[in-house]
Amino acid sequence: MVERPKDGHLPRRLSAPAWIVLGLIAAGLHGLPWFFPDLVHTMIMIFLLALMGQGWNVLSGYAGQFSFGHSLFFGLGAYTSSLLFVKAGVSPWIGMGASVAVAVLIGLFIGYLSFRYGLSGPFFALIMLAFAEIFHMIATGWSWCRGAEGILIPLEGNMPSIMQFTEKEPFYFILLWLTAASLFFVWKMEGTRMGLYLQAVREDSEAAEALGVDSLRCKLTAMAISAGMTAMGGTFYAQYLLYIDPDTTFGVVNSVEIMLRPIIGGPGTVLGPLLGSVVLTPLSEITRTAFQAYSGAYLMFYGAILVAVIIFLPDGLMGILKKLAGLARGRRG
Amino acid sequence: MSSPSTLEVAGVTKSFRGLTALSEVSLTVGAGRIVGLIGPNGAGKTTLFNIISGFMKPDAGRITFEGHDLIGLKPHQVCRLGLGRTFQIVKPFGQLTVLENVAVGAFNTTRDTSRAEEESGRILEFVGLDKKALVPAYSLTTPDRKRLEMARALATKPKLLLLDEVMAGLNPTEKDEVIALVQKIRGSGTSILIIEHAMRVIMGLCDHIFVIQYGCGIADGEPKSISCNPSVIEAYLGKKHETAHRR
Amino acid sequence: MNASFVIQSLLNGVLIGGVYSLIAIGLTLVFGVMKIINFAHGSLMMLGMYVCYWSVALLHLNPYLAILIVIPTLFLVGVLIQKFLINSIITAPEHNQLLLTLGVSLFLENLALFLWTPDYRVMSTPYADINFYLGDISISLVRLAAFALAMLGTAVLFVVLTRTDLGKAIRAASEEPDGAVLMGINVRSIYWVSFGIGAACAGVAGAAIAPFFPVYPQVGGLFVITAFVVVVLGGMGNFLGAFAGGIIIGVADSLGAMFLPGSMKSIISFTIFILILLFKPNGLFGGQRG
Repeated sequence: MVERPKDGHLPRRLSAPAWIVLGLIAAGLHGLPWFFPDLVHTMIMIFLLALMGQGWNVLSGYAGQFSFGHSLFFGLGAYTSSLLFVKAGVSPWIGMGASVAVAVLIGLFIGYLSFRYGLSGPFFALIMLAFAEIFHMIATGWSWCRGAEGILIPLEGNMPSIMQFTEKEPFYFILLWLTAASLFFVWKMEGTRMGLYLQAVREDSEAAEALGVDSLRCKLTAMAISAGMTAMGGTFYAQYLLYIDPDTTFGVVNSVEIMLRPIIGGPGTVLGPLLGSVVLTPLSEITRTAFQAYSGAYLMFYGAILVAVIIFLPDGLMGILKKLAGLARGRRG
Repeated sequence: MSSPSTLEVAGVTKSFRGLTALSEVSLTVGAGRIVGLIGPNGAGKTTLFNIISGFMKPDAGRITFEGHDLIGLKPHQVCRLGLGRTFQIVKPFGQLTVLENVAVGAFNTTRDTSRAEEESGRILEFVGLDKKALVPAYSLTTPDRKRLEMARALATKPKLLLLDEVMAGLNPTEKDEVIALVQKIRGSGTSILIIEHAMRVIMGLCDHIFVIQYGCGIADGEPKSISCNPSVIEAYLGKKHETAHRR
Repeated sequence: MNASFVIQSLLNGVLIGGVYSLIAIGLTLVFGVMKIINFAHGSLMMLGMYVCYWSVALLHLNPYLAILIVIPTLFLVGVLIQKFLINSIITAPEHNQLLLTLGVSLFLENLALFLWTPDYRVMSTPYADINFYLGDISISLVRLAAFALAMLGTAVLFVVLTRTDLGKAIRAASEEPDGAVLMGINVRSIYWVSFGIGAACAGVAGAAIAPFFPVYPQVGGLFVITAFVVVVLGGMGNFLGAFAGGIIIGVADSLGAMFLPGSMKSIISFTIFILILLFKPNGLFGGQRG
């Protein structure tokens, strides 16, 4: 008889106690804006980057295709919905749909070209970087999208229909729910055909092919999901801050910000991006203010963290948690 | 009595940068048979497997499987048609559990997660890995990895299974276990084409044997006739046999 | 746009191309030996520029003599990075090695930002004002000197790789690491030596252009992408390919500057990069794939 304790199931299920804990956390998060209003901005950023990090995670953590250029999708998302709104009055809710579509199309284009020719790890990472930089240059040099001065989105008051709010709280809740949805989605996906196929392709794509896995199709699917999720983040970012420019969207720094969270949290895990975001976002806010006089120097801290994580914690924080859980189970059993 | 051929390889030729790896190689595998492919190292056996399973294209020749033309198909398409294979150097999905590894194969015939899980459980019992279902694959021992390799391929419900040196690196007891498993597999209706080095294994297991050397087929027939075939003896059993005679 | 303008641009393209070659050669050497794509290469070049700049500003050295300080300094930095960081993850999956070098480059770049502020610094040296004239065409001394230096560096490296025992050991380790070990070559040492040499190349290239190129922390980022384009164009691990590729990209960049607005001039080299990666991943002259 096959031993099947709870966490071995393919269809992912949670135990009752886990649901209770989750419920408590959810309740706490929903109440946060009333008890800790100063934290709302930080939490928004945590969620936003966790969402985009999850997008990166699907392609790079689960499917194993490391991208060094996810700022491409972030920028595409931010610019598409913003341009549609500013130039044609299209509501950013619809604009977000367009953002996702544009990002997915471009992602599939790059993905098809790269994966069809069997581009391996580092080269794919570099191609993503190159495309992100190309769009960076286009956004900077093309006056139609306002070039280097960026796009200022006029605030017309509290109008939910065009994704504009005078308070932060609506964004908080939207992003809370979206992030939760992205976690749920990835969690469920892990044990499904697509989820296992993606991980198989990551582990050994030849062996996967021999088992009937169409690795090209899988990689493209992962790319589409990844691009879409990240682009959504771009739209929300634009609507939240009401200002975007080429550097703050397509810049290489954003690729790093997006990547760093799942890497620290644990690539290829459901909670990795959120965990990484919870740990890194506040830390980066603190170091940013500490290094205030030296703009960008907090990135030195990012560099050191990245190096340290790669050397000492290649499986991220989730890796440590799993080891601890394993030890605890070992002692009990 | 001739059984219908499941796999027909005819005149396959393949060169790499001027070096001929295979030259006009032909073989057939009948339904429900265990066919052996033997030959000295470098004879081209794995290359042939790679060509049959779609990882390489031959320069010339025909390959049909149950009436389908295999040449030009991608590996996953070949698998979909019912032809599975294992790799000489095992390729487990290290970070996935044993169950998940097999499930990847099981999803070849179903999209339903529960069904795939059931199937995988069944296969794990069949190969004897059920106790280790939740263990991550990277922590398996070599014999277990070989079993996993076969279990995964079996999960795809192949009509023909290509086994590439599944005995390599196993001690005699482990080899016997694998032999029993291979026979069990044939018993459940799957045809097998097996590359092997160990002579007693091949002789004992196979209904029919093809021998290749330097990329060319040099003999084929039943085990008894192969073991008496002078060119096979010279090429493959060669010096060992001679010294045996001299004593 | 007249003929002399075009010729001028092309000439400058070739001159800077020589520098690209040297940078790329350092990168391709490291890749050839260790199969690592070193993102930090641009930051190493930036360090070389700063070392040269400060040697001139604080010690009042001749910029071309300062190179003698740059070489050992950068070699040492390279060795340290390899021995203490890269070596720790020598068995890790490829993407982790990439991420590590990315982390190093982030750290170095922002360390420079922290220490020396984002200010663009221009080296004050009398050499920068000297130009030669051939009819309508002006050849700046410092650009010519940069080219000459780059060629010198390339030549020295070439001699080392082909004529010395060390060079042969390096080439053996890069082509056949297992065989090299069997021949008694200490491959671990070869790794840090090669990385050090690669770093020194980047440093020399930086020092070569410091007399006419502004020195600032992010300058490395500009050149690292170009270096990758050159290396991929020439074939990963291919020394001569990197050399030829550098000149080609230098000229391509000049052409780009002629036709496209300032911020977009690199689009040509990026496009070349993407096309090569897709259609000729072994580069124009043949090399190893990642």
